[in-house]
Amino acid sequence: MSIPSPWLLSELAAGAIGVLLMLSALGSLIARRPLGSRLIYGACTLVCGALTATALAALLGPSPHPAMLQLPVGLPLDHTLIGFDRLSAAFVLIVNLATAIVSGYAIGYGVHAREPRRVVPFYPAFVAGMNLVLLAQDAFSFLIGWEFMSLASWALVVSDHTSAENRRAALVYLIMATGGALTLLFGFGLLAGSAGGYTFDEIRRAAPAGVGPLVLVLALVGTGSKAGLVPLHAWLPLAHPAAPSHVSALMSGVMTKVAVYGFVRIVFDLAGAPAWWWSLPVLLVAAVTTLLGVLYALMEHDLKRLLAYHTVENIGIIFIGLGLALAFEATGLKSAAALSLTAAIFHVFNHSLFKSLLFLGSGAVLHATGERDMEQLGGLIHRMPVTAVTFLAGCIAISALPPFNGFVSEWLTFQAILLSPQLPQWVPRLLVPAVGATLACSAALAATCFVKAFGISFLGRARSTNASTAHETDGFSQGAMLLLACACLAAGLLPGYVIDALAPVTQLLLGTRLAVQSAQPWLRIVPIDPARSAYDGALVAVMIVVAAATTALVVRRFASHALRRSAPWDCGFPDASTATQYTAGSFAQPIRRVFGSAVFRARERVTMPEPGDSSPARLEVDVHDTLWETLYVPVVRLVDAVTERVNRMQFLTIRSYLTLVFAALVLLLVIVGGWR
Amino acid sequence: MTPLDTDIAHLLAGSMVLVSFLLLYQDRMFALLNFFAIHACVLALSVGWQAYLQRAPHLFITALIALLFKAVIIPVALHRIVVRLGIHRAIETVVGTGPTMLIGIGLVALSIVVMLPVTTSEGAFAREDLAFALSVVLLGFMMMITRRNAVSQVIGFMSLENGLVLAATGARGMPLVVEISVGFSILIAFLVVGIFLFRIRERCDTVDLQALDMSRGESPGESA
Repeated sequence: MSIPSPWLLSELAAGAIGVLLMLSALGSLIARRPLGSRLIYGACTLVCGALTATALAALLGPSPHPAMLQLPVGLPLDHTLIGFDRLSAAFVLIVNLATAIVSGYAIGYGVHAREPRRVVPFYPAFVAGMNLVLLAQDAFSFLIGWEFMSLASWALVVSDHTSAENRRAALVYLIMATGGALTLLFGFGLLAGSAGGYTFDEIRRAAPAGVGPLVLVLALVGTGSKAGLVPLHAWLPLAHPAAPSHVSALMSGVMTKVAVYGFVRIVFDLAGAPAWWWSLPVLLVAAVTTLLGVLYALMEHDLKRLLAYHTVENIGIIFIGLGLALAFEATGLKSAAALSLTAAIFHVFNHSLFKSLLFLGSGAVLHATGERDMEQLGGLIHRMPVTAVTFLAGCIAISALPPFNGFVSEWLTFQAILLSPQLPQWVPRLLVPAVGATLACSAALAATCFVKAFGISFLGRARSTNASTAHETDGFSQGAMLLLACACLAAGLLPGYVIDALAPVTQLLLGTRLAVQSAQPWLRIVPIDPARSAYDGALVAVMIVVAAATTALVVRRFASHALRRSAPWDCGFPDASTATQYTAGSFAQPIRRVFGSAVFRARERVTMPEPGDSSPARLEVDVHDTLWETLYVPVVRLVDAVTERVNRMQFLTIRSYLTLVFAALVLLLVIVGGWR
Repeated sequence: MTPLDTDIAHLLAGSMVLVSFLLLYQDRMFALLNFFAIHACVLALSVGWQAYLQRAPHLFITALIALLFKAVIIPVALHRIVVRLGIHRAIETVVGTGPTMLIGIGLVALSIVVMLPVTTSEGAFAREDLAFALSVVLLGFMMMITRRNAVSQVIGFMSLENGLVLAATGARGMPLVVEISVGFSILIAFLVVGIFLFRIRERCDTVDLQALDMSRGESPGESA
């Protein structure tokens, strides 16, 4: 088979975006019928699958030079340029692989939507927006795609508009998205300079000197607000759970990756050569994000909100990799930079798979039980075996346990952290190990959190009638979840191929790449030097399987021959109520005691009844979202106060309005007169 | 263009500013209407003189329109409206006459300070004309905000429009089409305002705008 030309690939991609937009229009017509929404989601699956293949061809194709396609639509003074370079191709691949599978899930799941006409038309538009951002080769198309993506996902968040909680989530999301887009607009404005060349090529050639640090800050704020960097994460745990679950999977698993792409594009590609201290804010913010994300997740008992907070944590991990890459690149340690960037983008890929998987699993649970609160779930492994097994796979992957994919990318990140003593400056040399410790702590806490999430939801006994009458989800959904779980496992077993596939990206951005990993014997990966470190996912998997099988055999042979069912241990209480089980709250209590009083101002109050009083003892826990209360509430109050004042302008008399106009006119004239 | 020609143009434009000041402190309805008619007459003279100077016959039409509509039809119609509404009593100005005049002088000074440096590329003739025109506009605007009676606000608006016409003819700019359309828009505004005056009177038994504010549920003290 001959390799398709880059022009053809760009045309295919542009065509795919066009098809998605048409599907969006078609969706508004035929969404009401279940068959119609199945058709739309099925078409999305096909289009995204085709885009995945296209992006793969563009990523691994021979031509390093992107083919720009000038679209006939767009702003009058500027061209809409789209096309693949290697970075775009990698992210288009990541985004559309996950989106294709999620759309497959939606073929089955999407028909349960209460008001499909509020979901189905916006879904393809959202996907089209994300792809436009990734393919854009000029700042205007990038921003238009970005806004398109934001607005379409906003419409999806507010699709269940009857609940006040969702409306609030949508409002917070809209405000954050607008603010983020505004900062990006300023960032691109700075990059384009007064000459105003807005295509990426022109910016690369002639970005004005000295704007780098400011652009870095703007990019960190602008893309960070979309990705969920602390303290700009506030909308994420509100909005992600509010959307239908397949949309949550896209927003959490995929859209945040588009934001990461934006950061990589601006900082690594457009902003010019970095200085070493650029990495400091990125690393600091990323470390704080990682730790706080997982702590918030531990305090959370709503399954989807928990997953959303974990997205915050994982974005932190990705940005740690990006920060390291900046530090290494600025000091000329090219191969270390390539390792960090590869680790970050590998984690982007992994997170898009397992976070989508987990959200799809939570969607299946939500549909089967109508519950998102873990305290109402339990015992689902018996009634939803496929969902339980795939969810478990996702939990293992996100907890960074071998042989799944999450381990590989975090291991690579740690390898990069271990290279930090090579840095010449003492500030990052001190900071990076601290960041590494934070990352290690977060990884452990994440594992704890997913023991909680899986254990409380799927194990034990049902805590509510809804949970005890749950049923397995439909075939499409099961298939999609199985596919994602297999993809997680495959990426964990064969990481060398993924690393090799990402090599063109580091080649493009840093001018170097990691050694070819698929040439290593026994599917091993060796990021730096075989004497230093190596990991063999397949071997680890074989060892795990052998050890587990041996243990199982031994236990069966020497202990009990058969599965026994008996009454659960009742802790000495004759009343075997399901409420006596371990709960999510009790599982998280030790963590809350350790970190809670500092981070969440958690207070526990125990009220014991007097002896002889038969009323129950009470344990009350106060947990505050300190960040929200210290950063956001004052702003909200200020805006309220200002609008309250300005509101009086609505009720002036006609003559007062005329006076205002007159005063403004005279003032302007005075300025004009005084100017000369 | 002889110095005499320029002087006559300035005389006429300056007279418009003077009449604007006269309008500003008239506190009787009929006197106000009469001075507005004079304002329009001076405008017509001024435009006519410009037409003669610039050899621009279409400006004669403009002058004719000004004379016909603004100096005759509108004042006569407003006169009848005032009679039918029965409001020949004194007009209360919001700011006293003295301060109003002082502010007006300030506005004229301002427009001269602004206009003269801005228009250095133009001839002296157009420059001073523009300064006068801006003064007339500002004075008309000020009349709109210092008056409480709807009829006198209409007069203020129309004197403002006279200033615009003066500026347009002085700058040799505005084509006839624009001129006519402005004239018609003024006429329509006059009709609409006249109809509204009667509607307001039917509802509120007054054309004092303060009464309207009160009907919106506000106290009269707030409108100062």
